[in-house]
Amino acid sequence: MGELNAHTNTIETDILIIGAGPVGLFAVFEAGLLKMRCHILDVLPQVGGQLSEIYPKKPIYDIPGYPSILAGELVDNLMKQIQPFQPGFTLGDRAETVEKQTDGRWLVVTQRGIRHLSSVIFIAGGLGSFEPRKPPIPNIERLEDHGVDYFVRNPELYRGKNIVIAGGGDSALDWTIYLADMAQSLTLIHRRTEFRGVLDSVEKVMELAHSGKIRLVTNAQVTAVHGESHLDALTVQHDTEGAFQLPTDHFIPLFGLTPKLGPIGEWGLGVDKGAITVDTLDYSTNVPGIYAIGDINTYPGKLKLILCGFHEATLACQSAFKFAFPDKKLSFKYTTVTGIEGIPATSEKV
Amino acid sequence: MENTIKITVIDREEVEHVLDAPTDMAMNLMELCKAYDLPVKGTCGGMALCASCHVYVRTDQDIPEPSEDELNMLDSAFFVQANSRLACQIKLNNSLDGMVVKLAEEGE
Repeated sequence: MGELNAHTNTIETDILIIGAGPVGLFAVFEAGLLKMRCHILDVLPQVGGQLSEIYPKKPIYDIPGYPSILAGELVDNLMKQIQPFQPGFTLGDRAETVEKQTDGRWLVVTQRGIRHLSSVIFIAGGLGSFEPRKPPIPNIERLEDHGVDYFVRNPELYRGKNIVIAGGGDSALDWTIYLADMAQSLTLIHRRTEFRGVLDSVEKVMELAHSGKIRLVTNAQVTAVHGESHLDALTVQHDTEGAFQLPTDHFIPLFGLTPKLGPIGEWGLGVDKGAITVDTLDYSTNVPGIYAIGDINTYPGKLKLILCGFHEATLACQSAFKFAFPDKKLSFKYTTVTGIEGIPATSEKV
Repeated sequence: MENTIKITVIDREEVEHVLDAPTDMAMNLMELCKAYDLPVKGTCGGMALCASCHVYVRTDQDIPEPSEDELNMLDSAFFVQANSRLACQIKLNNSLDGMVVKLAEEGE
């Protein structure tokens, strides 16, 4: 539960959890038992982390008590389990900066400028934040946001323009269908002949190509981007027919997402091979008040397992309580004895 | 050694690593590379859901054809060639003795 302070437009909470994967979600439960409020921040628009993004329909066999559970079901169950503790959520946004305040709390500001103030930070970032996979085209960075877009944020931007979409998955197909009517021209470029998206979308795209509404170029790849201050053309290399230039206002490469450590890597935390080093006593990092749990941390003997992340979250919460409330006594309780006492909702959804 | 084969992995700097690979531990080629600390991420843990273990198979071994999942993933990977495979989908067995693979360039 993050409370929005109307005066400062800042979300205030006890623990800011960065990463809404299974370990971040379960941390809300363990924190809730200790009456600590939590707010979760994730770059993806939905909770669940890689379980939702990469393998929602895959079974997991090593969650204690579940002989088999689908990744998506585990996320749903965790959301039910933490519901009494009313966590707040900032989704579809990325933690950019962290700054220690004079009162000892942390201020984390996101890419969209949302401010989060917390006593403790848990980094439960899993593989890192999911970012678009960028095709290996020379100098493509130069034209990012100047005609090269990895996301469709505002479809209206493409009205009346010459659009090229590259990719063969669902998002490439879906955006081709969506933008076909609006664009001046739309070309879909795919490396293979077959598409791996859902059949219905594949058929629709084939129809659009057949009726001449879009141009479909298969067995081809974009190999160069051209333009000074803004994109104006692409070079397309066909497997057998050679290269040709294509005048283009907007190039939208849609090759899925890949995890990156991102700005957290610049926060002064100990990092070893892309993972944050922690003390296994309580999964604290080298910065007091910042913990790292789940796949994003590393220590001797580390196993990247959800069940290990649950354990790490539990111990980190105990330590976080002592850090946030040094004067309060912490008594360890069994849920079977005491039940679950929720935290009343006063959270703001962002 | 029984149940051990030789697999040569050429890294991105063209350095050859001849690896002793156990065939009785249900290991795949991605896991083997990681066990030898070669620069293979294996981000998704072996589900053919990322392409961070993308390799080119240089020798003519009898490897089972790629699954639909693997083809789908290779579809969105970069630097894909006709001999591209995901190392996590290549299970180590005795018929792979002498195989040579090259690590593909890392996509962004």
